[in-house]
Amino acid sequence: MVAELAQEEELFAQSLTLAPVISLDGLSVHFGERPILNNLQGELRGRAIGLLGPNGAGKTTLIHTLLGFHPASFGTARIFGRDITTDANQIKTLVGYMPERDSFIAKMSAVHFVRLMAELSGLPSDAALERAHEALFYVGLGEARYRKLDTYSLGMKQLAKLAQAIVHGPRLIFLDEPTNGLDPPARVRMIRLIREIRDSGQANIVLSSHLLRDVEECCEEILILRDGHIAVYCNLEEERKANRKFLVLETRGDQNKFAGALAGLGCEYAITTDHRLKIVLQHGVEIRDLYRVASEQQVQIRRLSYKRDSLEDIFLKAMENGNGGL
Amino acid sequence: MAVYERTYKQFAGKLTPEWSRFLIIPRYAYRDVFKSKLFTAFFVVCFIPLLVEAILIYLHHNASALAIMKVNVRELLPIDGSFFQFFVNLQAAFAFFVALLVGPPQVSRDLRNNALPLYLCRPFSRAEYVLGKMSVLLILLSAITWIPQLLLFLFQAYLEGAGWIKDNLWVAGAIVLGNIVWILLLALLSQAVSAIVKWRVIASAALLGIFFIPSVFAEVVNNLFFTHWGHIISLDASMRSVMGGLFGTYVRSTGHVVDFDNGVVRQIVLNEPPLWCSWATLFVACAICLALLSRRVKAYEVVK
Repeated sequence: MVAELAQEEELFAQSLTLAPVISLDGLSVHFGERPILNNLQGELRGRAIGLLGPNGAGKTTLIHTLLGFHPASFGTARIFGRDITTDANQIKTLVGYMPERDSFIAKMSAVHFVRLMAELSGLPSDAALERAHEALFYVGLGEARYRKLDTYSLGMKQLAKLAQAIVHGPRLIFLDEPTNGLDPPARVRMIRLIREIRDSGQANIVLSSHLLRDVEECCEEILILRDGHIAVYCNLEEERKANRKFLVLETRGDQNKFAGALAGLGCEYAITTDHRLKIVLQHGVEIRDLYRVASEQQVQIRRLSYKRDSLEDIFLKAMENGNGGL
Repeated sequence: MAVYERTYKQFAGKLTPEWSRFLIIPRYAYRDVFKSKLFTAFFVVCFIPLLVEAILIYLHHNASALAIMKVNVRELLPIDGSFFQFFVNLQAAFAFFVALLVGPPQVSRDLRNNALPLYLCRPFSRAEYVLGKMSVLLILLSAITWIPQLLLFLFQAYLEGAGWIKDNLWVAGAIVLGNIVWILLLALLSQAVSAIVKWRVIASAALLGIFFIPSVFAEVVNNLFFTHWGHIISLDASMRSVMGGLFGTYVRSTGHVVDFDNGVVRQIVLNEPPLWCSWATLFVACAICLALLSRRVKAYEVVK
């Protein structure tokens, strides 16, 4: 019997590591007649997954649907291989959630509040108290843990929300706009905590934000939503590894002629403005060759810098085209 | 794991059984409820009638105490169904005031602070949440109603002897069932009101109104139409009928009026609604409360 249980637990742990963190299988959510999420498909496996999109794109609805707050109208999704409709309770034991809005239980001290949340997640009372203290120390509220939540500043409330989301040690943490309303030092602290949790390898993170910088600093994979569709899926980690750098040149002179000559060298180019062009250097082509070609074409190179496609570029492109996929 | 080890770690221990988690809510709620000295004092006062009941039962069986007090046993209230019904009704009134103080903030506070997503993102269902919130009142009210009264019934049975319990076992059933129906109704009503009204004072006033406004309206209907069928909309009257039915004191015909119609004198007998109607009224009230709770207790309100 004991051996069977141990084997079952091992299988469970294996399934958690092998299965994708989130798989979307034609997931659609309608509120009344209004479609909010439309036929989302794909698999997300990253340690930290960023959900991006303009306001009303469906980021929060996607998180709420994965948490079982809204029923799927069509299709389904799976978290660690478990169906959000049929295995909702099992999924809830594996996840932690930090909501976007202020969510508290009134008249409670932080430690009392976090302990209650831990107990509701199934931790025995003593363990819940111990972990509540730990979680509050971990997020940096150790000294203020006996204070009533009503007296907390906005930044402290965000940290308390994070503490309640991680107190039971979930495998997947949903963070909905965790840096909302934070001042720069508090934001840095929050980002550091998120990265620490990600790097601990003990939990995966889904970070929903409209702040590109936050997502870029924390996430490996991003999913950009637009009007309830997946606009772009991008593995930032692979992008970074591929090190796809390009040059941005600021020139004076006949840019088209110069660009044509660069094409002759085998370089890919894109003219961005009147005096700017982006080029990807081909193997064997060096900077001095650019100056030589510029001199031949009587074009001045005023500025030259290496750049990489930033998340902002990817995001803006997605908002223009918006037909990406996994 | 010590506090100084500030790293993220999963919980590797054994989890508590899922069925028992709804009891976490009352445990935390009582800490808050009994922080108020005024409420604690009132709660203690709720036990005074039970103490009087216990003394009366004791006196009935203690000849020497009666002799000292120079009281004849016949002068005391007889210990029978009516005796227990009187105290059940008295405790029901206390239970109502406890519900008025404790019930309204339960759900409204969570709604006001957007706390529902925090409960419901955990392995804790909406039904468990409602059950947990209701348990706050159910446990508290049980402690001042059917549990002590059942103990007093057993006390009386012990003092009276084996034959008495055999003849009066139905009284125990009436005590338990009558009280459970009442506290269940109170718990459901106060949670439903609390789920609709976000402000405690207004919620308390609304709960009071639910009992008194239909009762006043029922009396108006009764007087206008020479009937007692107006009681069908009064929760208070319905509960009285149900209690009467359980304790065997329910009478259908409760009075008559004399009416002059075209010079003809008519006597109209005033009949209470049948007992099943009173049960149906309570059942419908509970069903409406459950429907309201299921509509309001959601992680997020969806505007369609």
